[in-house]
Amino acid sequence: MSEESKVIKNAVCTFCGCVCDDIELTVDPAGKHITKANNACVLGKAWFLEHKVEDYPVALIDGKEASLKDAVEAAAQIFVSAKFPAIYGLSDTTCEAQKEAVAIADYVNGNIDTTTSVCHGPTGMAFQGVGESTASLGEIKNRADFVMYWGGNPAEAHPRHFERYAVTAKGANTPNGKDDRHVAMVDIRPTPSSLIADTFLQIKPGSDFELLWAMRALVKDAALDDSVEERTGISKAVLEELVERMKNCQFGVIFFGMGLTMTRGRHFNAGALLELATDLNQYTHFVALPTRGHGNVTGADNVVSWQTGFPFGVNFNRGYPRFNPGEYTTSDILGRGEADALCVIASDPASNFSAKAIEHIKKIPVITLDPKPTVTSSLAKVAFTTATYGINVPGTVYRMDNVALSLRPAFDSPFPSDQMVLKAIKERVCELRGLNQTTKTTAA
Amino acid sequence: MASALRIKNGKVYDPINKIDGKIMDICIKNGKIVKTVPKNTPVIDAHGMVVMPGGVDIHCHIAGHKVNLARKFQPESKRHDVSPRVKALRSGTGGSVPSTFTTGYRYATLGYTTAMEAAVPPLGARHTIEELHDTPVVDKGFYVLLANNVCLNQLLEKGRMEEFREAVAWWMNASKAYAVKLVNPGGDEPWKGRKNSNVDNIDSEISGFNLTPRKIIKALIDATSDLGLPHPAHIHCNNLGHSGNYKTTLETMRTAEGRRVHITHIQFHSYGGELNKNPVSAAAEISDFINENDNISADVGQVMFGQATIMTGDAPLTWTLRNMTKSKWINADTECESGCGILPFSYQEKIYTHALQWAIGLELFLMAKDPWRMVLSTDHPNGGSFMNYPKLIRLLMDKEFRNEEAARVNQKAIAKTGLLDLDREYSLYEIAIVSRAGPARLLGLKDKGHLGVGADADVTIYDEMDDKEAMFNAARYVIKSGEMFINNHEFCADTQGRLIHVAPDYDNKVEDILRPFFEDYYTIQFDNYAVDDSYVHDGKVIPTTSA
Repeated sequence: MSEESKVIKNAVCTFCGCVCDDIELTVDPAGKHITKANNACVLGKAWFLEHKVEDYPVALIDGKEASLKDAVEAAAQIFVSAKFPAIYGLSDTTCEAQKEAVAIADYVNGNIDTTTSVCHGPTGMAFQGVGESTASLGEIKNRADFVMYWGGNPAEAHPRHFERYAVTAKGANTPNGKDDRHVAMVDIRPTPSSLIADTFLQIKPGSDFELLWAMRALVKDAALDDSVEERTGISKAVLEELVERMKNCQFGVIFFGMGLTMTRGRHFNAGALLELATDLNQYTHFVALPTRGHGNVTGADNVVSWQTGFPFGVNFNRGYPRFNPGEYTTSDILGRGEADALCVIASDPASNFSAKAIEHIKKIPVITLDPKPTVTSSLAKVAFTTATYGINVPGTVYRMDNVALSLRPAFDSPFPSDQMVLKAIKERVCELRGLNQTTKTTAA
Repeated sequence: MASALRIKNGKVYDPINKIDGKIMDICIKNGKIVKTVPKNTPVIDAHGMVVMPGGVDIHCHIAGHKVNLARKFQPESKRHDVSPRVKALRSGTGGSVPSTFTTGYRYATLGYTTAMEAAVPPLGARHTIEELHDTPVVDKGFYVLLANNVCLNQLLEKGRMEEFREAVAWWMNASKAYAVKLVNPGGDEPWKGRKNSNVDNIDSEISGFNLTPRKIIKALIDATSDLGLPHPAHIHCNNLGHSGNYKTTLETMRTAEGRRVHITHIQFHSYGGELNKNPVSAAAEISDFINENDNISADVGQVMFGQATIMTGDAPLTWTLRNMTKSKWINADTECESGCGILPFSYQEKIYTHALQWAIGLELFLMAKDPWRMVLSTDHPNGGSFMNYPKLIRLLMDKEFRNEEAARVNQKAIAKTGLLDLDREYSLYEIAIVSRAGPARLLGLKDKGHLGVGADADVTIYDEMDDKEAMFNAARYVIKSGEMFINNHEFCADTQGRLIHVAPDYDNKVEDILRPFFEDYYTIQFDNYAVDDSYVHDGKVIPTTSA
């Protein structure tokens, strides 16, 4: 082992969907932990600096230490014995692991779903209904002179979003950063984010859709009566001024968070916002982007989409993919007591799903893959300890704007990656089900 | 696993080797066509069948960010077009933008073994390669979008031509692309600027730059030519879809000044008439020019009636269409590199413009004196899915069928074309040219598109039938790199397919120019931008011809 600290430049932080790729990591000479994470925000620093390889068993079966091989066997047996196995999570792991998970779901005629179904799932549904005008974050940095955040608190959830991409970032047409931009915030209460806003609209809770629809009306020069203030808390005059500003900017963007998608109206809210951005293109260039939370939730959407055609909530019971949010989304499958086995990768549904769903999780065999013990792993029949992506594991992740990046891990972990475990399970499932993956025939 | 095979008694169509329906043996060993194989080698008796090289699609949209957006955008087109899992062959869904596995299997079912994704912003290369890796059976590559690249355009407007060329080479390497693609050169800047506008003339100034589209076109033709890339500049001309645009297309072709250039989906660029009025056919003007200038090649971009998806780097075009159809619409800008627009679209027989587009495509095929330079495409999924190729082949081979179809569509449109006067019927030999040999030659893929000794053993065997649509709809045998993928109409085990790319030499000094640009205007680190070799699971670098 080298006496000197190892430095990794341009490391990629997967704590949130910003996926900042300019982090400079210093690894202690023993190669066991990170001592510095320059450029990282407060969340990124915690992510890197507090990561330690702890002395967990690589796998537990029924709570007892087991070898990796035995645990893979036990997991494969659970998959092939189940009639309706469900796989869930996936937003905090690499695309390489996500691909293996979708393959298993396909081979066992199971169900695959990601944490998208409990965050921006409504955005995905709204997108299918109305489309979207979007851009990579560099276009915002270079061009956006009107920036709006709706139902989110990036100062605390995505601390470098302002600096790297959207508010103080300096770009080709925005050389003075924030001075070249008008920043608007829409939320139900003031937040640390709203402090930087030039315009802050504090709206009545649950009135997002009404406000968006009123703005659409103004964009389209339709009649709008004064009752909008009573419904939303925002006066018609304030709205008119804002909409005028939006119509007259050079390049506008609306970022939106779960304050929009997980409150009353859900995909109607997201759809109204996407439509508003589209409508504004009659006057100027306008885009909208969801601010995605998990480091690779966008990768999960992409992988599941390219392999199945659908972004989340996909069911293979009939031997081909079907999509129906509400029917094949994991919280619903579990809440109705349908799945008879569950595999969770990098997520903890037993701590945040509905009581009914958690009750069902306790009744069925559960497989977990996670770097740390979780409530779900404590209920698991088979629990794998896996290495942490981005810190110990290389691979691909997608930023919230769908830009793919390669990870630069800092040091090795004694634990296998999610991909390695899932691939081993997949191969064993194929053996057990008689699905020969490699035979090639040349004879007629 | 046997590594050798003999195909005997089949009628072989191999235009590169001038074999026109001769009954002869084709021998395969270790993934290549060989002269002969030992007597005890397994045999396919192809009596009554037609043997051709595997199909090569020179222009389609099958992988990457825009394709994936279009895929998850249209669940309504998928539920009734599913592709079940067959043993270990993965399941998927269809519609005009199928999932990746289904894309590979469906291409193979038609007898296609190579497909080139035609429009990828370099920033999207990593994503595209990931999807291509999950697109089985076919060999594949992609074209990288460079005609709206802000950094390149800045070098160009300053006349720094050597650095421009080096930067093009750097970008080819960084993205692992196969060819340089131009889409609506110069059109992104006005689109992303305030008015959502476009350039409308290849000699008008591009907002924000001291440049014209023609200067960009010329510079990229120079660069691809100087770098000796196996495929020349692949151009989606300005003014796609607009009445009267054939003049722009002719001017673009003239800009090549005798050097090789490929004009893609030329049907969409062959319209006469006045702007904002109904188009008429200018297929004759375009055909005449191409017939007389053998430096020009094109693929047709045939429109087929039914469901399609418009997806293109030409974002302002989709905005125009969206305002006509009022359908759901996607716009997706890529920083410093590209625009993109997507919308679902349906070509309808009774609509004047759609029928005209359909007829113009057929005119272009039927008026081409040299089929090697006017090859088959539907610009999948823009003119329609690649799954329409069998029907398109029948339209070319069967005049009676073509005229029956023409009688069912908008007659005012047909009257504005010369389609009914064209008696030509393509032969199987010519079909083999436009669907295999021609595209392979235009791509500079010397091991593809033919069955001569040393070629890749990508072979398709069809039952010979009178109904050419039925014949080309489902190959009886498909052999990819010497491995049987379809055996007597049944899928065998999966094969992966290779990533084909180029790696032109460049001077590293160009990075001193690019790095500061990245630091100022991109949001990812320069050192994290290039796609590393680990993404190429099975790749092949096609050499350049430069010194």
